[in-house]
Order: sequence, then structure tokens, then C-alpha cells
Amino acid sequence: MQKQIGEPILTADRITLAFGGVTALNGISFEIRRHEILAMIGPNGAGKTSMLNVINGFYHPQGGTITWKGQIRRRMRPYHAAAQGIARTFQNVALFKGMTTLDNIMTGRLLQMRRNFLWQAIHFGPAEQEELAHRARVERIIDFLEIQAIRKTLVGQLPYGLQKRVELGRALAMEPELLLLDEPMAGMNVEEKEDMCRFILDVNDEFGTTIALIEHDMSVVMDISDRVVVLDYGRKIADGPPDKVRTDPEVIAAYLGEA
Amino acid sequence: MTVDVLAPARDRETTTATTPGAARDTFPKLLLEHARVRPVRPANREKDYGIWQSWSWAEVAAEVGALACGLAALGFRRGDKLAIIGDNRPRLYWAIAATQSLGGVPVPIYQDSIAEEMAFVLDHAEVRFAVAEDQEQVDKLAEIKARCPLLERVIFSDPRGMRHYGQPWLESYANVQQRGREFAGNDPGFFRGEIAKGRGSDTAIILYTSGTTGQPKGVVLTFDNIISCATTAIAFEGLTDREEVLAYLPMAWIGEHIFSYVQAYCAGFCASCPESQATVMLDLRELGPTYFFAPPRIFESILTQVMIRMEDAGWMKRRLFHFFVDFARRVGPKLLDRERVPVAHRILYRLGELMVYGPLKNTLGFSRIRVAYTAGEAIGPDLFIFYRSLGINLKQLYGMTESSVFLCIQRNGAVKPDTAGGPIEGVEIRIAEDGEVLFKSPGAFQCYYKNPEATAAAKRPDGWVHTGDSGFFDADGQLKILDRARDVGRLRGGALFVPKFIENKLKFFPYIKEAVVFGDGRDFVTAFVNIDLEAVGDWAERRNLAYASYQELASEQAVYDLVQGCIDRVNQDLAAEPTLSPSQIRRFLILHKELDADDGELTRTRKVRRRIIAERYEPLVEALYSGNATGRIATEITFEDGRRGEMRAELAIRDVETDLPATQPPPFKKAG
Repeated sequence: MQKQIGEPILTADRITLAFGGVTALNGISFEIRRHEILAMIGPNGAGKTSMLNVINGFYHPQGGTITWKGQIRRRMRPYHAAAQGIARTFQNVALFKGMTTLDNIMTGRLLQMRRNFLWQAIHFGPAEQEELAHRARVERIIDFLEIQAIRKTLVGQLPYGLQKRVELGRALAMEPELLLLDEPMAGMNVEEKEDMCRFILDVNDEFGTTIALIEHDMSVVMDISDRVVVLDYGRKIADGPPDKVRTDPEVIAAYLGEA
Repeated sequence: MTVDVLAPARDRETTTATTPGAARDTFPKLLLEHARVRPVRPANREKDYGIWQSWSWAEVAAEVGALACGLAALGFRRGDKLAIIGDNRPRLYWAIAATQSLGGVPVPIYQDSIAEEMAFVLDHAEVRFAVAEDQEQVDKLAEIKARCPLLERVIFSDPRGMRHYGQPWLESYANVQQRGREFAGNDPGFFRGEIAKGRGSDTAIILYTSGTTGQPKGVVLTFDNIISCATTAIAFEGLTDREEVLAYLPMAWIGEHIFSYVQAYCAGFCASCPESQATVMLDLRELGPTYFFAPPRIFESILTQVMIRMEDAGWMKRRLFHFFVDFARRVGPKLLDRERVPVAHRILYRLGELMVYGPLKNTLGFSRIRVAYTAGEAIGPDLFIFYRSLGINLKQLYGMTESSVFLCIQRNGAVKPDTAGGPIEGVEIRIAEDGEVLFKSPGAFQCYYKNPEATAAAKRPDGWVHTGDSGFFDADGQLKILDRARDVGRLRGGALFVPKFIENKLKFFPYIKEAVVFGDGRDFVTAFVNIDLEAVGDWAERRNLAYASYQELASEQAVYDLVQGCIDRVNQDLAAEPTLSPSQIRRFLILHKELDADDGELTRTRKVRRRIIAERYEPLVEALYSGNATGRIATEITFEDGRRGEMRAELAIRDVETDLPATQPPPFKKAG
């Protein structure tokens, strides 16, 4: 069955980002469409992670605009992006190592908790009800990612592949419209990669979440993404479906290497 | 639910359940009785979304009724076969009951079967309907559907990932139940009417035995077979409707079927399903079963984990643990058998219970166990005594699919580590002249489905069933099983060679996961060894031995030394018994890969397929007998998803000295 890819949900228009004399992003424009899986690829230092950081408000570009759901975004902080429905995972796992899997994923619900901390502190009545509802959501995510066996395990004790999965779980707990994944499969073995691919496709399919990911494993990128954006030294050199990008001479020269 | 699928049958003629015995002769009838007698007592539980969800007997009866009516609406007829494929889930157990309600025959299939194996069973059993747990199983069925023309419909329980499956032969479990409720609306007495038509002499189930040779055979069992055996065993142990069991072994295995379905229905207790295969140990701890069954390898892996974790504990705890566990070994089994024990020992044991045994049992989920069984393989005496010394009433039993399990059970107070107990009521056992165990029992199977030759070979006209096991009765009248009769051989010198006996001795070491010994018709005995990745991995870690894979660890010289130590001890044991002394192991090698059921090297219940291994690894066997220092092999391996690959290796072969002087074995095997 063909999936329905909708209108652009996020548009980056001529984004320029520089750190001192280094221009990380140079006039980059592209869009992320509702319900698609967009892959960003490029050699090291091409500006992929910088681009993600711009999208979720961690960096502020010197030039250009980001339009999120029809509204041009002003200066903002990452938690604003989170509240607006943009969640992300990190290249190096950034979890609370001393907390359990369950508690880590629960933190993803914090922005949705409405009771103030006094209510939370006495943990009674409405606050308790609220926590139960959130816990139910989190349990669905645990079930979805098949991590029941590590629910009460401290994250620091988990192997890397599972930590990545927990991090995805925390991002999903925010019920994002747009999910940014920074190298979700880095450092994984083949089996873990296959699992992760399935989860990404399932998230996209079951929850209708739009996904933008950075990945180096070309077979993964070509398999799961609907569209690929190729960056090279802060410039965009290609943008299109995987098959087209794969045969683009400039991409081959810059990244894929001569065959 | 708006429609009552449990409405009484309209046609009074069909409800012939007049005598109390007749009302209990099939599982659907037992289900209705429990729904009447104990409607709110739990019948099934499943951990889902982190919470134990439960269904009472009345709710289960309604669920089973809805499914049965739904199947009828789809055209299920009496005598049709329904395959069940998946992990232990209440819905799959209900599918068994629903099939039996309609006079059909459930055929559970091992959930980790690859598509080929599944195709054989589906085709052979002429299955028309299948209930599959999830997408994974549906995918396998879709792959082989074209080759199984009789398979009409597949019903899936978990809708996840199934949204884009448009095949007309697929339908969700919930949908079928909805159909059933509509169907029951038009014909309210249907369900009860169909159940009343069932007889104890009807076929209850066909279970395919994994078989160590050739294709699986379908064992046909009637309700009378299973219910009579299960009821005798319930009376033997005094089980009640308050027992708690964890349903976690493969549903296609007779043991699981008897303990989690048959006995639960006969006694009215609750069977709980774990959240997933990976959470079994956690769920076991939360549930705290009172009645527990596991093959020896599970008890073994639990002990290995305990020992590994104790090695990581502080020295105080470790000393305390070893002191009390050694003490318990001397005193615990006597206390369990109600023998006389000095008062001082009783007091010290109590202290141990408070400080070590109690907390340990609690951590393992064994605090409430009244009866635990192990069967299927011989259990190591050390291992067996370990659990009994903690006060866990672990016992052995002997049985097989063909006997509806129960043939022999150890009686409380007469438990020995190396026997399987005496025959239970109604069972007769005889040892044939060649040493084969024969039995007569109300649980004796009807036939192998569509396999008259095999049936005739096992069930003789004189009424005795041939088990193929070789064994004898000891002085106390307890049965002792040696090996499969056809595996017992002779060395070229004429000495008796009992491979399983030697292999079990090797497997009792935590470092050795699997062993295959050769020697029939040869000059001496040699062995293949599979190391236990967890135990040896932990051992290697303590010695800063780096390794990247199983293959690499298995080829380490230090690991060879470790395994050689185990073999030396086995040889010392063997040397002490004159008849077995020639069977001491002279040469061995550690295999570069783990023996795997997906490669056909083990059965689905993890028994070694001796002949297949001997064929596949022939160059290695020859190398063991050639005097070479290494052996070369190229093997084909099957990945979990059915893809194939090739693995090449050159393995070192070790010579072992025999007839070493005996040394005192350490009190308990310690990991690390």
C-alpha cells in the first residue's frame, strides 16, 4: 500500500550558520513533508548535526528562516521546539544513566504534565491520576519497542543498542509530530540495526510520525527513507528519492565514492 | 458483551450430561463447570503493559465461546484441525478450548519453527485453520501458504504491524470473536450444544514430537488419555484450585500442555502467561508459583546465574552464602524428607533460612513452591540436591508425549537424585529382555497420525508400548533411565558405551552447555563440546581474556584447559566404575559454533540429534580418530530469518589422559 506523504511540515529557507570563521551551513533550503522519512547524509563535517540543532532550536542561524507548520519561527529555545512537537535523539546516547528505563521514558512525558510541583509532591488525587495516565502511555511505548525485560533496569547497565532504543522511547513519549534521529544506528551490529530499522518504519507507520534522520549506513538509508538530502561542506548538493540520489554524479564524487 | 454465548442449549436432547463423570470428560465441559462453580476465581493471567491482567473462569468461558462461535461462522466443522502458533498467550490457550468445543483437533506448533518445519506439520495434519500470535508467525504462514492448499484461514491475535495486510484469508482474533457473538445471537444454544456432543474418547489434541531422527510424528491423544493421567497426578500431589503456575514453555510440548492447560482445567487453578520470553525470570519472581515444572537446563541456567552473581558480591556475603549452602547440602534434603536431624542442625538451618535460603528463594520466585518437577533429561545430582537443600520440593518424573506424560513420579520422602520414581496408579512398567522400558497406561496414545508403521512399531498387539528408552528398576523399585536404547552401543573392545550418560556428566559442569560423545564401534571415546557462553564468558572476563565472538572464545587455549579440567573429573568418575571405565574420553575438541535447532542439530526441545551431527561434522569425527592435532570443517548455518551462510574453521584437538587417580570433588560447582 502506498503511503500518503502530505504537505511540508517544516521548511528551511536559505539557512546560514557560522561559528566564527567556519561556515557550517551555507544557504541551505529544503523541506520536510508530513509523514515522510527524510534522510540527511554527507561526509563528516558536512553540517548534518548542525542542521538538526538548528531545527530543534539549539543553534540560531545567522541567516534564513525556519517555518514550522506554516509559522515562521522566531528565536527560541530547544524546550520550545519540544513543546511544539519536535523530539530528538542524540548521536551519543544522552540518557539519565542512574535511572531505570521506565523513569527515563517517563521524563519524556514531563512537558505534558499539567499539575504543578506542589501537587506532584503530595502525589494525591489529580496528580496521581495524571501520573497513571502517563504511565499507561509509557507502557504502550515499552510494549511497542519490546523492552519489557529492561523496564526496571538502570540504563547505565544496558548494552549500547538497547540504550539507543530507550532513547527512542523517551523521544516517542513526547508524542512528537517530527522526530529527529541523529545516527540512530551508529555502533550497532547487524541484528540491532535491523531491529532499529523496523522500529523506525513502525513508528512512521503506526503513529504517522514524520522522521528526519542522519545516518551513515547507506544500505539503511536507501532502504527506509522516502527522500534523501545530501550535504557537503555546508552546501546542499542533492535532494530527491534514494534511487535518484544514488546515481547523482556529484553525490558519488563527494560521498559515495567512485564505483 | 451484549450477547450471551453461554446460553443453555435449546435442544435438550443434546445435553446428555446427566452423570457427574460425563460432565467432566472433556476440557470444554470442565470449563463450563468451572464457570459455574468458581466463576470469579482467576483462570488465566497475562502480564501486559507492566500489569498482571486476569480473566476469571466465567470470562474465559465467554471468550472461548465467542471464538468457537466465530470459528463456526467461518465454516469450522467437527474433526477439522486448527494449528496454534505463538508464545504462551491466554488467547492461544482459549483457541485450544474453542477448537475442542467444536469437536475439532488443536495442533500446536513450535513457535520458533522455521517455515519449512511448519509447512510439514500443517500439510501432514491437514490443517484448515491457524491461529497465529503475531506478524512474525503470519509472515511465516504467508510464505508457505501456497504449499499448504488445505490451509484456508489464518487468525492473528496481535494486530501490530498487520494494518497493510490485505490477504483475504487473514482475519483478526477480535473480528472472529465479534462474528461469534453475532452468530451466538442467532443461535444462543449452539456453543453448549456443541460441547455436549463431545465424548471422552474423542481426539483431544495432536502433538508433533520433535523427534531426534527423521520427520516429526503426530501423537494422537484422547480426552480420556490426558484427563485420566492428569487427574491421577493431581491426586498424587494433592493439588487444589489454589495452585499458581507460570505457562512459559513451548505450547507444542506435551509437558507445557499438561501443566498449564490440562491440569489447570482438571483442578481449576490459574495459569499465568509471562510478558515475553525475555521477562520469564522476572515474572516468575512476581508470580511466585506453587507448582512449577522445568527441564533440567532451566534449573541449570538459574543456578549458573546465581553463582555468577554471588561471585560479584562482597566477601562477607560470599562467605556467608557458601557456608550456608554447603551446610544445607548436608541437612536440607534430610529435613525435606522428614528424617531425624539433630536439634543444633535444625536451629542452624533455620538461621540459614532467615539469612540465605529465604531471600534466595524469594529472588528466584521459588518461595511458595509446593511441588516442582523436572523431566525430559537427566538432571545433575549436584544441581538436584542444591534445590532440594534450599527446601524446594523438586522431584523427577518420567514420561513422554506417547504416555500423556505421567508414568513415574518420585513420592514425597523417597526422592533420589538419579531415578525417576515408581509407576503411578494405573501404570504398569516392564523392562524388556534387551533393557527397553515398556509400559501400559490409561494415558497411552492412540496412534501416530497417518503413520501406521511407526504406530505398529511402538504399540504392540500385546498392549505394551515400547518407549525406546533403556533403563532398569533399582533396589527400591524406582525406575532409572540410561539412554535411548538405540544409542547404547559397544566399543570395539566390547565394552558397553552409553553416550548420554557420559554427555550428562559433562553437561553438569556450568562451563559445558552441550556435549556429543562418539565411541560406538570405535577403539576409544571422543567428544565434541559446546561451551556455555555466559559462564565461560564470565570466567574469561575475570581473567581479562578478551574475545569478540563465540568462535574466538571457543578456540582459546585457556578455555581448552578449563574444559579439559571438567573432562578429567568425568574420566575419574568413569574410571571408578569397572563397566564404564573403558568409556573414558581420550580426545576432545570444542566446536566453533553452538549446536542449533535451526540447523537441525538439536530438536526443538533441545535434544541432540546424534546422527545428523555425526554426518555433518564427519571430517571432525575422523580427525578425532586420526591422531591429527587439528580438524578442518566448513558448515552451513541457518540464520534466524532462514537465510543461509557458510562457516569455515580449523579446530584444535586435545588429548586427555585417562585413569587419573581420583581426587575429592569440590562441594559445589562454582562459576568463575
